[in-house]
Amino acid sequence: MFFTRSRPKRYIFSKGIDDTLIGVYNAYLFVARFFKEAFTKPFHFRVVVDQCFEIGLRSLTLITLTGFVTGVVFTKQSRPSLEVFGAASWLPSLISIALVRALGSLVTALICAGKVGSSIGAELGSMRVTEQIDAMEVSAVNPFKYLVVTRVWATVIAVPILSLYCTTVGLLGSYLNVHTHEDTSFISFMESAFEAISFIDLFTAVAKSVVFGFTIGMIGTYKGFNASQGTRGVGRAANQAVVLSMFLIFIEEIVIVQISNWIKFF
Amino acid sequence: MTEKHYIQHTINKEEKVISIREVYKSFGDLHVLRGVNLDVYKGENIVVLGRSGTGKSVLIKLLVGLLKQDRGTINVLGQEVSQLKAKELDALRLRVGFSFQNSALYDSMNIRQNLEFPLVMNRKQLTPKEIGLLVDEVLDAVGLKDKKEQLPSDLSGGQRKRIGIARTLILKPEIMLYDEPTSGLDPITSAEINELINEVQERYNTSSIIITHDLTCAKETADRVAMLLDGMFVSVGSFEEVFATQEERIQSFYNYNFTK
Repeated sequence: MFFTRSRPKRYIFSKGIDDTLIGVYNAYLFVARFFKEAFTKPFHFRVVVDQCFEIGLRSLTLITLTGFVTGVVFTKQSRPSLEVFGAASWLPSLISIALVRALGSLVTALICAGKVGSSIGAELGSMRVTEQIDAMEVSAVNPFKYLVVTRVWATVIAVPILSLYCTTVGLLGSYLNVHTHEDTSFISFMESAFEAISFIDLFTAVAKSVVFGFTIGMIGTYKGFNASQGTRGVGRAANQAVVLSMFLIFIEEIVIVQISNWIKFF
Repeated sequence: MTEKHYIQHTINKEEKVISIREVYKSFGDLHVLRGVNLDVYKGENIVVLGRSGTGKSVLIKLLVGLLKQDRGTINVLGQEVSQLKAKELDALRLRVGFSFQNSALYDSMNIRQNLEFPLVMNRKQLTPKEIGLLVDEVLDAVGLKDKKEQLPSDLSGGQRKRIGIARTLILKPEIMLYDEPTSGLDPITSAEINELINEVQERYNTSSIIITHDLTCAKETADRVAMLLDGMFVSVGSFEEVFATQEERIQSFYNYNFTK
């Protein structure tokens, strides 16, 4: 016998509740550490740029396809309803409101949560269980700064850019659909599309994407950085990164929409 | 089996580079280390022997602050590890090389980038040319100069171990910590790694702690052997002294290694 086992473990509430509370506290410490280290040297700009490209390239095809299909299908499905009221000319406004205020950033965030969040969770998880993170630490390199802070900055920067791109592609898809039904020029389509959009809509869309990017980066790195139990733990980290990110993105969407409505009201 | 044959190095018994006193470490209810004491002298190779799961790796992780002891003191190169601030700990880590059991090479980087990484991050005054020369020097020391542009996944287990050692050597450490350097390797490759450990000691004048359960590795590399059983060192001395004992657990460890 090499280890001595003492008394059985006692819990304050129950194993499940204790584990959840400890998990929440650890997540809080992780986020607090991010804010402590995100604004101090060294910054590793090059790693951030590399990660931005990685995230962009990893998601670009899917975001292009999804944005385009959303624009085309949404336009196609909305047309009959508007035509009933003789309001087909409002189609560009309706599409732009839907894409800018909600769909562009939400669709992008969900795609990035799936593609980027899982990839970050798996990458860092694999580095954790193969002791690569420990190796970095014993080489006097701060792995939190090098791996976590850089990836979170990258998602905070890349997700809003991808979100604007998704919205643009969606509007192009919508224009193509409108153009097949009526002889509308691209400029007049865009003019009527942006007439319905205010500065607060654009600002909210970008702010929302920043929050979504932060969520995807934080959850992916948190799950990966704290992975354990070998390859099983890596799979679990990747899976939990996606599920938890998506869950939080939906909650954040509701909260931010509510806040922006209050701002508009005042 | 050959006994340790690199005897040119000198052990300075006056200068302790590591001093471990009454160290305890538990994980929940598992009491892994229970009052460990050990001194390592300058220029000495000390092998920590023990069965799998006895806390050998935990012990060397405590030395570089990857884990923190519950009780006791650990002094490395004159500094109390648990008392160090982050920057002081980083400065100490640059003087202590840690070779991991599974090499822990960064699998997204090729061998050259793996070796450059600690230098690029810690020796910012070095030019790319100087870094290149240092990479060549350590690759030469481990005999893998032709593998520079390959990925870790392209290498064999023994080659990965060598590169892992090279990555720690590139910072010119004063102490080397080897975690199971021969585990998972065939006898010939194990013998090569043992030889490399002795060469490193001679060439870089390092003091080393080698964690293993491989008695051949212990016999070929150790100046002293420390036998870790039930969370404590039960015997410390030369290989012959440790295994001359009638202690049943030590004898069974020896017999299992050399009679199976």
